Amino acid sequence: MQRIINKPDMVVEDMLKGFVKAHGDILAATSNPRVLKFKDAPVEGKVGVVTGGGSGHKPAFIGYIGKNLCDAVAVGEVFSSPTAQAFYDAFREADSGRGVACLYGNYAGDNMNVKMAVELAADDGIEVKTVVANDDVASAPKDELHKRRGVAGEVLMWKIGGAKAALGGSLDEVIATAQKAIDNTRSVGIGLTPCTIPAVGHPNFEIKPGTMEVGIGHHGEPGVEICELKSAKEMAKMMVDIVVPDLPFVDGDDVAVIVSGLGATPVMELYILYDEIEKLLAEKGIRVYKAFVGNYFTSLEMMGATFTAMKLDDELKQLLDLEANSMGLKVFGK
Amino acid sequence: MEKFLNKDGKVIVMNLVKTIQENKDYLSEVDGLIGDGDHGINMNKGFTICGERLKDTDTNLSESLRTLGRVLLTEIGGSMGPLYGTFFNRMARKCKDAEKIDKAVFRDMLNEALAGVSELGNAKVGDKTLMDVLIPATEAYNKALNENKGFPGALEDMKAAAKSGMESTRDMVAKVGRASRLGERSRGVLDAGAVSCCLIVTSMADSIVQLLGN
Repeated sequence: MQRIINKPDMVVEDMLKGFVKAHGDILAATSNPRVLKFKDAPVEGKVGVVTGGGSGHKPAFIGYIGKNLCDAVAVGEVFSSPTAQAFYDAFREADSGRGVACLYGNYAGDNMNVKMAVELAADDGIEVKTVVANDDVASAPKDELHKRRGVAGEVLMWKIGGAKAALGGSLDEVIATAQKAIDNTRSVGIGLTPCTIPAVGHPNFEIKPGTMEVGIGHHGEPGVEICELKSAKEMAKMMVDIVVPDLPFVDGDDVAVIVSGLGATPVMELYILYDEIEKLLAEKGIRVYKAFVGNYFTSLEMMGATFTAMKLDDELKQLLDLEANSMGLKVFGK
Repeated sequence: MEKFLNKDGKVIVMNLVKTIQENKDYLSEVDGLIGDGDHGINMNKGFTICGERLKDTDTNLSESLRTLGRVLLTEIGGSMGPLYGTFFNRMARKCKDAEKIDKAVFRDMLNEALAGVSELGNAKVGDKTLMDVLIPATEAYNKALNENKGFPGALEDMKAAAKSGMESTRDMVAKVGRASRLGERSRGVLDAGAVSCCLIVTSMADSIVQLLGN
């Protein structure tokens, strides 16, 4: 492994120390070492917004703590759900008395730990409601939406949910809006190389040089097709052809787009991919209202990229444009 | 003997710790075939923390099980933290007031643990999970008691059912959990959770048989 680490078993602890030091202007540590919070949380009079997930996806999840975004985040081991205790402590850090919206991704471990944490919080009189992101088109057929994984579309769910909460939305309104955001969002990934969990020491799946895996998940879950490595133009076409018909996105739609690297792909190449994707969307009469290109939701040192699109209405546009400040996402308002 | 004392039962948990530590690499290897290869690492971390906490204490079986359950729930996470955490917490709850553990008390512990895991995970037999071990093992134990078998005999039946349950996962296609995204590609490999569950059930049975023999 060519990695910048000390002890492979301690990468999460060691990373958190640096993260808190570097971003102390935005966030803070809490009494639970596996929970970070927005420095001003709980924000008086505001519904708390919480997420959480396994580590190795930087900037997700802690990179989305900040103003008008997430109030507290539960941190798990690499690719492994945070504990119920961590989610519960995050709820407590985020709650100002108006309840907590827990917006997270559809994975077995997260589902179980959140469920247990919601019960613990209920015992304390903290009301928690959830939205489970399932934007990854390739992870299950359309008639099994509830089985789909949450991937980079979660960033848009947090942005929209966080904005709704910041504008004074009630818990039910924040939940309904975040749900609307993810219901209108679709993603797909292409992987070019595998990734290695430091404590394991070797990749647990293979992508042969010269090939790529279409529909790969954020932990290397197998995709829908393995094929020869293609040009950015052809990759864009494959991605657009999976994402667009699924919702479907149609002529006249305005969309927000994320093209995120999976960790080791140069950002330069993400812009090459974005250019091709934008052209294909424009040909279909789909207009990109706002684009985010960069490393927004990664998978350790996997090479590859994900393409996410969210169909926008006036409400989603307004919420998307609201100022936000976090390590992973900054929006300066209109 | 058909019973042992709760106060003598800490060894059951200490043996579980040892079993998981000894099988850390094997569990990761099995998990690596269709999961992400960290099952052994996470299990070992949780059980080792528990072992450290219990090492110099004078706890009984129910307290030791509760410590294990709490460590898994609060410090391990993933899927296995809540599932096994609930498993051991429920077991602890069912024996906390029992001075002596006989085959009926253990039946209550086992069935309560199964109920807790079922509520949380929603998996059934055939889904290629630890339930393919836990459900048949519990059923075999219950059946043995209905047939008036003794404590050691019922434990043997439980062990045998756990083993064949684990083996049955080899030919299954995963229906829940991370491996479920693999579909047909998950066939031909044991489920890592089923393997660890079989290790746990077997270790508990062996430890109890030994306690009964003393």
